[in-house]
Amino acid sequence: MPIGSNAADNTWSKHTRRGEWMIWGGWFALAVVFVLSWQVMNERTIWAFVEDAPRQGADLLSRSWPPRWDYLGNLWQPLWDTLNMATLGTLLGTAMAVPLAFMAARNTSPSLLFLRPVALFIIVASRSINSLIWALLLVAIIGPGILAGIIAIALRSIGFVGKLLYESIEEIDETQVEAVRATGAGQLQLIDYAIVPQVLPAFVGMTIFRWDINIRESTILGLVGASGIGLQLQGSLNTLAWSQVSVIFAVILLTVIVAEWVSSKVRRAII
Amino acid sequence: MVSAVAPAASRRWRRPPVFIKSRFWRIAIYGGFFAYLVLALWSIDLDWTRIVQGLDRGRRFIEGFLTPDFTSRWRDIRQGMVESITMTVCASVVGILISIPIGIGAARNIAPWPVHAVCRSIIAISRAFQEIIIAILFVAMFGFGPFAGFLTLSFATIGFISKLLADDIEEVDEAQAEAIRATGAGWWQIVNYAIQPQVMPRLIGLSLYRVDINFRESSVIGIVGAGGIGATLNTSMERYDYDTAGAILILIIIFVMLAEYGSSHIRKRVQ
Repeated sequence: MPIGSNAADNTWSKHTRRGEWMIWGGWFALAVVFVLSWQVMNERTIWAFVEDAPRQGADLLSRSWPPRWDYLGNLWQPLWDTLNMATLGTLLGTAMAVPLAFMAARNTSPSLLFLRPVALFIIVASRSINSLIWALLLVAIIGPGILAGIIAIALRSIGFVGKLLYESIEEIDETQVEAVRATGAGQLQLIDYAIVPQVLPAFVGMTIFRWDINIRESTILGLVGASGIGLQLQGSLNTLAWSQVSVIFAVILLTVIVAEWVSSKVRRAII
Repeated sequence: MVSAVAPAASRRWRRPPVFIKSRFWRIAIYGGFFAYLVLALWSIDLDWTRIVQGLDRGRRFIEGFLTPDFTSRWRDIRQGMVESITMTVCASVVGILISIPIGIGAARNIAPWPVHAVCRSIIAISRAFQEIIIAILFVAMFGFGPFAGFLTLSFATIGFISKLLADDIEEVDEAQAEAIRATGAGWWQIVNYAIQPQVMPRLIGLSLYRVDINFRESSVIGIVGAGGIGATLNTSMERYDYDTAGAILILIIIFVMLAEYGSSHIRKRVQ
């Protein structure tokens, strides 16, 4: 941080005069962008609805209370599907991410000129499309059901696991690789004995972390027709059965909390 | 080659198990996981006739993706993109502005415990639910359109930025705060001169990262009616208009990549 003193009055100040102008200019530009965006965004906003919102909120609350707890019986099967989508999707995604990560890492890539950019592109493309959009596409292609959800989760997970894994492969200790190479190991043995042991704890940690995220994501995939508890949510929303919606929210909340607890326990045990 | 070491089985080196040292628990946990896997795979219901029908749609979709049609629905696409971008800007600015006081309040080392408890619970609520679920509630309260999306993204931003900011403040170097305190500074002066300079670079980095996340999310919350490009994408998928859907996906990928590279570039310069 530049520390200058104003020559005129010789008091200490954090920034130079020029730095201060730059900072104010930056803030001013941000304010202008914000005001413009606000205006464009709210061109079609009907403010009467917004003013009405607290009343609508209170209305929703009164409809959703008390929750219809006997609806819980209909939720076990969808919840099982949701868990399966998240777990199988994570497994499938990581299975695809591992070879990609080895292709993308600078020190293990078989071809820096061709394979590395391709792998990096797949990783970035997978990260830039949300799993809900993947599910939207897959439901249109292979039909509604748990399979579409699994593939959607898997395709989204490739980018996450792939990126973190290739970064940790690039950060390994090269001396261990040297040592294994000195024994006359081939390329595959090098990966198996020198690289995998170094990245394995991080890899398992990030897989579990992604599984935790995927549990959250899989609860809503049903909204676009993939299976799971989101399908029940969609049905209840369409029939305005808010007392069922509150039960579903409670189940989702509980599932997410349990998944987070499991994930943090396992990660702490490993890393 | 004559081996100096007798090839007795007991003298062969064996790789030790990686994670679970106890043989019993290793077999139990891996076995349990395998059993779960079989059960989970059992729950996938495959409808081959539907998949065969879908393959044709998949082909048409890929064709649409390769020959994107930007022109025929350009007005819808443009409106969706403008909504997404303006929603991102407004929600990031408002969300971050609200996050800062909440983040400071949630830091244990500078906030009294009642404030700390209140702020931490706000963060927990904001992080527990998926953006989509929050969007459903806000759409029900505020009506369709980008305003509900703006509120959703702002709400999600609060959980993200406040939590990371609070964690960061809790990890500041106490010596610097001590030094400022020794000059007789009050609470505000400590925050301004001892805490703020330490956490500011990271706060800017996190904010830019959140802008990036907000844009990704703004491209999906339209699916449940909260404005943005997701609504346009959902409509074009429902109309089986794969050329337009392909064009929208390409635009989303390009914008997400731009946002990601832009934000990581600025982050590197700031930190």
